[in-house]
Amino acid sequence: MSHLLDRLNFLQSKDLEPFSNGHGQTTRESREWEETYRNRWRHDKVVRSTHGVNCTGSCSWKIYVKSGIVTWETQQTDYPRTRPDLPNHEPRGCARGASYSWYLYSANRVKNPLVRGRLMKVWRQMRETMTPIEAWTKLQNDPILRASYVETRGKGGFVRATWDEATEIVAAANAYTAKTYGPDRIFGFSPIPAMSMISYAAGSRYLSLMGGVCMSFYDWYCDLPPASPMTWGEQTDVPESADWYNAGYLLIWGSNVPQTRTPDAHFYTEARYRGTKSAVICPDYSEAAKFGDVWLNVKQGTDAALAMAFGHVILREFHLDRQAEYFEDYCRKYSDFPMLVKIEEKDGRMIPGRFLRADDLDGKLGQDNNPAWKTVAVDGVSGDLVAPNGSIGYRWGEDGAWNLEEKAAGADTDLRMSLILDEDHDDVLGVDFPYFGADATPAFATGDRRPNVLTKNVPVKRIETAEGTVAVATVFDLFCANYGLDRGLGGDWVAKDFDQDVPGTPAWAEKITGVSADKIVHVAREFAQTAEKTNGKSMIIIGAAMNHWYHMDMNYRGVINMLVMCGCVGQSGGGWAHYVGQEKLRPQTGWLPLAFALDWGRPPRHMNSTSAWYAHTDQWRYETLTAGEILSPTAPEGDWDISLIDYNIRAERMGWLPSAPQLRTNPLEVAKAAKAAGKEIAPYVAEQLTSGALEMSCEDPDAPENWPRNLFVWRSNLLGSSGKGHEYFLKHLLGTDHGVLGHDLGEEGRQLPKEAAWHDEGPRGKLDLLVTIDFRMSTTAVYSDIVLPTASWYEKNDLNTSDMHPFIHPLQAAVDPAYESKSDWEIFKAIAYKVQQVAPEILGRETDVVALPILHDTPGEIAQDQVRDWKKGECDLIPGKTAPNFIAVERDYTAIGDRFCALGPLMDKLGNGGKGISWKTGEEVQHLRELNGVWQDGPAEGCAKIVTDIDASEVVLMLAPETNGEVAVKAWEALSKATGRDHTHLARTKEDEKIRFRDIAAQPRKIISSPTWSGLESEKVCYNAGYTNVHELIPWRTLTGRQQLYQDHLWMLAFGEGFVSYRPPVDLKTVTEAVQDDGDTLVLNFITPHQKWGIHSTYTDNLLMLTLNRGGPVIWISENDARSAGIVDNDWVELYNVNGALTARAVVSQRMKDGTTFMYHAQEKIVNTPGSEKTGHRGGIHNSVTRAVPKPTHMIGGYAQQSYGFNYYGTVGANRDEFVVVRKMKTVDWLDREKSWVAPEQEAAK
Amino acid sequence: MFPNLDIDFVIFGIMPYMALTVLVVGSIARYERDPFTWKSSSSQLLRRKQLVWGSILFHVGIIVIFFGHVVGLFTPIRVLDAVGIPYWFKQWLAVLIGGPAGVVSLIGATMLLHRRLVDPRIRATSSWADIVILVLIWAQLIIGLFTITQTIQHLDGAEMVRFMTWSQSIVAWNINAWTDVVDVHWLYKLHIFLGLLITMMFPFTRLVHMVSGFAAPFRYLLRSGYQIVRSRRSRALPKRSGPVAVAPGGGVPPRAVSQPPSTNAGPIG
Repeated sequence: MSHLLDRLNFLQSKDLEPFSNGHGQTTRESREWEETYRNRWRHDKVVRSTHGVNCTGSCSWKIYVKSGIVTWETQQTDYPRTRPDLPNHEPRGCARGASYSWYLYSANRVKNPLVRGRLMKVWRQMRETMTPIEAWTKLQNDPILRASYVETRGKGGFVRATWDEATEIVAAANAYTAKTYGPDRIFGFSPIPAMSMISYAAGSRYLSLMGGVCMSFYDWYCDLPPASPMTWGEQTDVPESADWYNAGYLLIWGSNVPQTRTPDAHFYTEARYRGTKSAVICPDYSEAAKFGDVWLNVKQGTDAALAMAFGHVILREFHLDRQAEYFEDYCRKYSDFPMLVKIEEKDGRMIPGRFLRADDLDGKLGQDNNPAWKTVAVDGVSGDLVAPNGSIGYRWGEDGAWNLEEKAAGADTDLRMSLILDEDHDDVLGVDFPYFGADATPAFATGDRRPNVLTKNVPVKRIETAEGTVAVATVFDLFCANYGLDRGLGGDWVAKDFDQDVPGTPAWAEKITGVSADKIVHVAREFAQTAEKTNGKSMIIIGAAMNHWYHMDMNYRGVINMLVMCGCVGQSGGGWAHYVGQEKLRPQTGWLPLAFALDWGRPPRHMNSTSAWYAHTDQWRYETLTAGEILSPTAPEGDWDISLIDYNIRAERMGWLPSAPQLRTNPLEVAKAAKAAGKEIAPYVAEQLTSGALEMSCEDPDAPENWPRNLFVWRSNLLGSSGKGHEYFLKHLLGTDHGVLGHDLGEEGRQLPKEAAWHDEGPRGKLDLLVTIDFRMSTTAVYSDIVLPTASWYEKNDLNTSDMHPFIHPLQAAVDPAYESKSDWEIFKAIAYKVQQVAPEILGRETDVVALPILHDTPGEIAQDQVRDWKKGECDLIPGKTAPNFIAVERDYTAIGDRFCALGPLMDKLGNGGKGISWKTGEEVQHLRELNGVWQDGPAEGCAKIVTDIDASEVVLMLAPETNGEVAVKAWEALSKATGRDHTHLARTKEDEKIRFRDIAAQPRKIISSPTWSGLESEKVCYNAGYTNVHELIPWRTLTGRQQLYQDHLWMLAFGEGFVSYRPPVDLKTVTEAVQDDGDTLVLNFITPHQKWGIHSTYTDNLLMLTLNRGGPVIWISENDARSAGIVDNDWVELYNVNGALTARAVVSQRMKDGTTFMYHAQEKIVNTPGSEKTGHRGGIHNSVTRAVPKPTHMIGGYAQQSYGFNYYGTVGANRDEFVVVRKMKTVDWLDREKSWVAPEQEAAK
Repeated sequence: MFPNLDIDFVIFGIMPYMALTVLVVGSIARYERDPFTWKSSSSQLLRRKQLVWGSILFHVGIIVIFFGHVVGLFTPIRVLDAVGIPYWFKQWLAVLIGGPAGVVSLIGATMLLHRRLVDPRIRATSSWADIVILVLIWAQLIIGLFTITQTIQHLDGAEMVRFMTWSQSIVAWNINAWTDVVDVHWLYKLHIFLGLLITMMFPFTRLVHMVSGFAAPFRYLLRSGYQIVRSRRSRALPKRSGPVAVAPGGGVPPRAVSQPPSTNAGPIG
């Protein structure tokens, strides 16, 4: 009752009872203080939620609430059980997630809508007399007023605004932009929908209703391995982590499982207990290295050489000297090894060319439908040429033969993989293969003096085609030659022995990678032996580390080849386990209509971010990598000597890649003009483009009418994390202080692009308005014009899935959004209604013209058998065939809000679908009307309501096959029609199952198997990619319908990537004499792996996590490198090159390989980052020293699996080939004084 | 009976009682209301610099001074007389011990005050009370040292006896106590006033840590048993009859044979 009286225990009875012979003593002092500690852990309720952070963990958490405040969180332990003999999923979680609740009430929380002070002041003044549209128009037309806030980006000066004011500015800006330049100048960037699907959908739905542009992320992050779409026609599909336990051999390659897959790592441990052998490949002594039976510390960036040597051993011992029966059988059925490739002559030399197609042969093998897209092989039974089932020609225009049955034209076949036997080949030809190993840049040079073309003998068959006699070889025979295997055919550049130093052998790889040949042979043998004995249970866990190199495809294809050679893909416990972002949005097909407003208008505007940022942040103006440096010596004739941006422009023009903005003219005006001319949209645009009256925006990215004008960033930290070329973003897109140290091509007098218009002065400050929606004051928020406070992950309702486990589970509002924050759904809803209120002054019901590239998984994907550019007169401009399609989409700017909150009529009318199949979904729409309610009047009369975030969740769950068994059966039925095989048994047992939001709130639920994905979720197997391809004989969605290890597109061949090869990192020329200061001698390869103390940039400003490391940005270097530059542990160092500079503390560690520095991405520059001596501005982030460099082969389109898909194919933001100068800082300046700081260089200049 | 409301009367006659009342009631209130704030609020984690030397010097000096004042002021004059300690001797003792201790303490306090005001981390985390109390103590030390200039003018101890008389009169509820100090030099008066002020501020500042020691579990060192069971019972259990037998071989001891029937819940033993 009273603390004081309770303590005055001299008032109490002294009658204390001793016990245990007087060793124990009983007292009766007050125990009330214990309540304090008991109360500390008492709570009012526990709510299930998770962390919407791109970490793949997707762990379900208990959120504890006390007196209306979130107090802490602990891991949920109620996942559905697995099956006997398999460990359960829990515990899932890590220290990062456990620290999240810190954010809710931290100083770094965004609490109110914030507007840049100068903008707010002018706005309020203008609004006294003007309408919102008038005010924004005046502001944009006055260059001094516009510059007044644009130039202060990143320099503080925010003031509080009301929600009404903030949304009004946004709405006015968006409406003005749509009217003045076109809706495709409104950009939105938000990544990884799987981590909070509804929050993503909120913004993308708003943008899609407006006609704005949703930007891709997976490719921009460089997490997309283009090798996956090339090989499988699939963006990325991987085994769940539980399947590691089923593996017989685990090869961990450039993936740091315990550090970056913390909640899943227990399966790795458990697999080791089960007896699974494991080899770990990574340059540094990582946390994963400790798990390995053997650690191969390969030199960074040389993984492809290692993979080729592994492949060399596997081919020699399991395919050539001895034929492992399982491998042979698997490769014949599931790979393109038996397919025939034409050997084409160029200047008297023979090079592998295109796949032989039915179309090439007289009579086209009886194929009338798409003969140009049906590949050909030799049937071992009859000895004849056949066009086997499953190639992409069978997918479109006919039903029933698009499957992997061993048949062709209805007859059984037994395809021949090799023509090595004397009776099978007509000749042995010397065929040229490009060799890049001698091109190495200084840091990667091995003294290799081999020629850059290696001629190797290959057995060929001569066949009669429409164009005469041609030599053909099987992919397998060419493949073996490429790997440098001597098959008794004589000739050079092939080896009989592993010790011969010939490209492809372990001895050759040892020189490049630093891994000893005997270890290579040993690991390759164990890997293959395990796969042979277990029918493919060898798995390679692989991370983004290898995928971030410019030539990532080579690394990845080297790995994939090993897996296909050993029959591991599609087998439980085997295959390609590429783990990067949380890319698996399991209920994808249910989510798409909501997210891209497909219920109101199709198609949405999508853009591949790498190309967009490359163009709009003007990184292309500084491009020093020329196509000539990466072109193959065997390239066919062609106009290859153009800049990288030129390749991108051609790709956009030919309909390969999307464009944003699309046309120089406002598409709303284009539609009006077409109507005035009395023409259909597509032919009108085609005609105008051909005549030059209309121009594509991509041809002049610096023209003011082609700038992106408004940008939304939500659920993302674009500027503080993923923005490669950070300083270029600041300089050109934002127009504020920046740290770019180099000069553009014009200033340097280099060759200018041919296709892209050059402006002598690069534009500064392209964006009129940057809006960031976040719960924390991230680097991006700091640079924004408007920051809107969003609900944290414990304050909103949403859905979450991952590729690492098969469950769908929710984010939930444990408490109401704190301060003035609102959920993303509510924010975009508010903006949508505001537009509806503000826009009618200038916009009404409009027709928009949307340019749509040729998409994968649509009949259009077999549009371009040959590469022809209409602009060069090589063909006519046929929309959707030789160019993008141009499609009219109705927009109603007077009903944006109403449409936002209603499920539109197109779902009933057009149905739903994905990945090339479709089904009717009227029944589900009716269920949603009954569940969510119906709008009784207004523009959405009769439509189901989507008012709250839970309504939106129900839309996703109802429409998706993964969460609605009835839909799953419909989807499998649709696929069965295409393949001619019945797949519905995979979902029949779950037909009655319908997962609702409240179900997953009660417990995470396992999803239902659907044809959207290539794995199954059943009681018998763990989810594993390619499982249904192998076990249900569903073709891969590639040209050959099989796992395609040979790529025959003209551009692939031109850049020497028909087959895999080792390509050393490219020379980005960023450490130049001009930028390097005297005395700075330490130049290191700059590597940015995933960290232990944060998930990307999230948690790197969280005090709890900062306390666990050094409280701010750090880089890691080896002891030798540190010594050479006079650096000791914890010194402040500066890293710089022409792209900019960054500051950090040095961690000097034995685990680092000499020649590299790690800077774990992405450490926020808002925490403990001093000014750079080089740039005079605050430190910078890891991307201050990088720049995106696109690769032409990623721009290919209109060619089966190499066709565009949002986040599926396209240029990727590689950044591993970068070098930086590292030096100790002389003065550490925090830039916290009144006087603005002047760089020593500038001071000296004065 | 009451004199006119003289300022001296208010400060030296009434304020001591106010100060003591605030001290006692305020302390109890704080302890009851918010016992976890009863602490020294050390800033050592934020910065060690200047703290260790400053704090040790200050505390050594101030403890000597504090107990010097307590003993010096409250030892009854009769006791001095009885023991035969001459007043001049006591006065010299006070100057020779108190003076150096005051200097040491002032050096420490200056370091602490400088650190608190100048170090940005410490300044940012300081409350208003943290700064005010330190400034007051610092000023009090200076004034205290300055009083020595007066004291050495009458080393016979007569002045000292007046303060002893005053403080002992206060304790003895003598309403005329204030008259004992009404004529002393203003430096002394200021010193007393500040002292009372500091006393009044005691419950509302970090000064409370002076008595934290009373809450320290010293009793633990003097406990009779090794294992302490904090019983929830309000009364002792009835005594067991007979010693507990230990089973041969160190097994579980059998239950006491004649355990009385338990009336409350839960068997013990």
